[in-house]
Amino acid sequence: MTKLLTLISRRSFLEGLNLSVGGLALGVFSGGLAAAASGSSTAKGAPGLNPNVFVHVAPDGAVTIVCARSEMGQGVRSSLPVLVADEMGADMARVTVAQADGDKVYGDQNTDGSSSVRGVYDDIRRMGATARVMLVAAAARRWKVKPEACEARDHAVFLRDGKRSLGFGELVVDASRLPIPKVKDVKLRPKSELRMAGRPMPLLDGPAYVTGTAVFGADIRLPGMLIAVVARPPVVGGKVVRFDATRALAVPGVKKVLELPAPKPPYTFQFWGGVAVLAENTWAAMRGREALDITWEDGPNASYDSTTYREQLTASIREPGMVARNVGDIDAALASAARVVQAEYHVPHQSHIPMEPPVALARVENGTCEVWAPTQHPQAARSVAAATAELPEEKVQVHVTFLGGGFGRKSKADFIAEVVWLAKEAGVPVRVQWTREDDVRHDYYHSVSAQQLTAGLDASGKVIAWRHRTAFPPIASTFGQATRPSPSDLQQGVLDLALSVPNVRAETCEAPPHVRIGWLRSVYNIFHAFSVNAFVDELAHLRGSDSRDMLLEVLGPPRKASLQELGITALRNYGASVEDHPVDAGRLRGVIERVTAMSGWDARKANGRALGLAAHRSFLSYVAVVASVVKDDQGRIRVDEAWVSVDAGTILNPERVRSQMEGSIIFGMSIALHGAVTMKGGVTEQSNFRDLKLVRIGEAPRKIHVDIVPSELPSGGIGEPGVPPVAPAIINAIFALTGTRIRELPVSRTLAV
Amino acid sequence: MTVRVRINGEEKELDVDPEMPLLWAVRDVLGLTGTKYGCGQALCGSCTVHLDGQPVRACVTPVRRAEGHSVTTIEGLSPDGNHPLQKAWVELGVPQCGFCQAGQIMCAAALLAKKPRPSDKEIDQSLAGNLCRCGTYTRIRSAVKKAAGMSEE
Repeated sequence: MTKLLTLISRRSFLEGLNLSVGGLALGVFSGGLAAAASGSSTAKGAPGLNPNVFVHVAPDGAVTIVCARSEMGQGVRSSLPVLVADEMGADMARVTVAQADGDKVYGDQNTDGSSSVRGVYDDIRRMGATARVMLVAAAARRWKVKPEACEARDHAVFLRDGKRSLGFGELVVDASRLPIPKVKDVKLRPKSELRMAGRPMPLLDGPAYVTGTAVFGADIRLPGMLIAVVARPPVVGGKVVRFDATRALAVPGVKKVLELPAPKPPYTFQFWGGVAVLAENTWAAMRGREALDITWEDGPNASYDSTTYREQLTASIREPGMVARNVGDIDAALASAARVVQAEYHVPHQSHIPMEPPVALARVENGTCEVWAPTQHPQAARSVAAATAELPEEKVQVHVTFLGGGFGRKSKADFIAEVVWLAKEAGVPVRVQWTREDDVRHDYYHSVSAQQLTAGLDASGKVIAWRHRTAFPPIASTFGQATRPSPSDLQQGVLDLALSVPNVRAETCEAPPHVRIGWLRSVYNIFHAFSVNAFVDELAHLRGSDSRDMLLEVLGPPRKASLQELGITALRNYGASVEDHPVDAGRLRGVIERVTAMSGWDARKANGRALGLAAHRSFLSYVAVVASVVKDDQGRIRVDEAWVSVDAGTILNPERVRSQMEGSIIFGMSIALHGAVTMKGGVTEQSNFRDLKLVRIGEAPRKIHVDIVPSELPSGGIGEPGVPPVAPAIINAIFALTGTRIRELPVSRTLAV
Repeated sequence: MTVRVRINGEEKELDVDPEMPLLWAVRDVLGLTGTKYGCGQALCGSCTVHLDGQPVRACVTPVRRAEGHSVTTIEGLSPDGNHPLQKAWVELGVPQCGFCQAGQIMCAAALLAKKPRPSDKEIDQSLAGNLCRCGTYTRIRSAVKKAAGMSEE
């Protein structure tokens, strides 16, 4: 039994859901906001069938399905609840999707790691199947037939002879009196009976998005609420020495100025400290902050300088590191090689910059705490809120709004801790609003990295030795002591890389942290996919081979690479077993072959354009990308077309898979072409979109082609795996077009883009 | 001091500092939250509204500039969400997180009002100031063309 089921006890639907329905009905449902403001429960006491916390059928047949994962653009609300409805036989036109509050009754809610479908596909179906089995049993009793003689579809139960049917609503009362079958005993429909899963599904919240009625983090107002804008220490670990709030308090609308306590390392999800200005409106709070006079003490990270640190990382990868993967004898193989090739790759810090900067609302009163926030991780938010408010978790409610983008930033609950502290201290409801500058300067940055790849080729040009050294401050440093990646960090594109090479070694090298490091969409795969795919392309060029052929040769024949073959003793494998999700060289080859076929790879350099290829396994999915690159009339590099082939096993909603792949191309382009956060004196040098560039519409390819590999294998991830191959595909195309080899991102450091 | 503005067809008297950006007057004072804060410096377009039919960045437009003028926000673009752009946006599944989309649509609506059949280049130029971190640009182009009754390619 997987973790979702083990965490779900049989508990009344309303007990689990009252927070959701009463707390915030998202999207197009009317009355959500009024209910949000009052905190009342519209569903409390409502009768009906509720076999588990995910499904409720009202006596009028109206079905409510809970979405326990956060909606941040991946379309989860248009996907998971539809699977539940499909399994039930419910009609989506009569289904309301309710957003779950943070509560462990729903199992893992952390909307992260591309796990919303792959982690729960069958478990979540069982939630719908349980309701179906009970509705069918009620109908069978009514008709005095065996349940096998009945089927549930179109929001009703039908006798298979087609002569009789009863709507779900007509069966609710009887069904709710039946014993609830054990979830593990409930039989799922054969997949062939699913009518919606695996087919394109409409975007549930589309109408709300385009009319401005979707409720995001900053869109809820409580009576008596103040808006807080916080001046935070410019350097991680810095403190307020003194401040004068006189001028700030003189700004009309400013009500209070509060000093937040400074955090102590490890920083985890603590807030940053600093001085908060609380005002009647956002603009007054912003002006009040500008009027603060603060003296900071910067602390030990004030020496952090990206230029110097780059040299430090370079020195680190030039020394042997800790061995994380070993096959054969790398030293002997390199010593005996006819030719040794070596290259070093650098990728700077990246920031998340979701279009909605961090924002959250909290009310702490009468021994309770209520939070409304765009959080990817509502349970962590709840724990952090409880600790900050000094209340037991059961006294804390976390309502999840729509997220205006997340990308990993909104998994971190620092802004939740901040707003709860402020609301508690101020004694009134507080919304904390981060400005874009706050977001850019106080992010949990994607890690800066350096890598050295070394290959030994024999006299015939075959790769006989492969050494990969990688140095980056790990995420673990945000949560404890860590000054280099752990072997398990290397699951992301180093350990799980099938190589048809007899001598392989991977090493982790020293990289002490100086900022808060966090996970950004596809995480360490970003730089590992970049270096590996770029290096293979370099080898192909040196040997005079086609880079697709070279990549296929290095990966080797279709096979499931064992841990022994990989030269490792364990693989974290994104939480899945290697039996369910092996390292499958055949699947990676498959997407390479498909994407090169559809992109016309054989004519890859013609008419002023050139194609580049990259492929990568991450989050248990396999993605290959071909990018076409041209120079525009001003000599700038442009990506004019892109092709993606994705093998993610069983697909739930191909329409949203396509949109995620399209988005991954643009996200990957921003990393490849523009993405860089740099530090000087411990302070982030960038602040807003003027100096932190993202791809704009004029840079977007004319066309992005998405190919989804048909598969019945267990589901892999979708939200992240499209990103890693994008940057290397682009830089390989740039090399084919211009002869310039990019080993350091972003491309804008080397060429005009 | 009060500022008189016509918002989505309704006359309003706002008791605010005339220097307050229109964005915060619309969001915090009028409670129209479809218009979004994304950068505060006219760099991302999330706050785009129409001032007498012209697209402006509400985050850098003092509310006094709207005195005696007509402001349209996403809530006022159409009576019930049936503007051709809104319909095309839903049909083509343009939004991902949705946060920037009101600004994108307001910009595109101003473009179509001026150029009913825009070229690709005109679409790109008109929307150059509107960022989308999710990367919905190729669908935005298609949806603008669909709303204009043109081929989506």
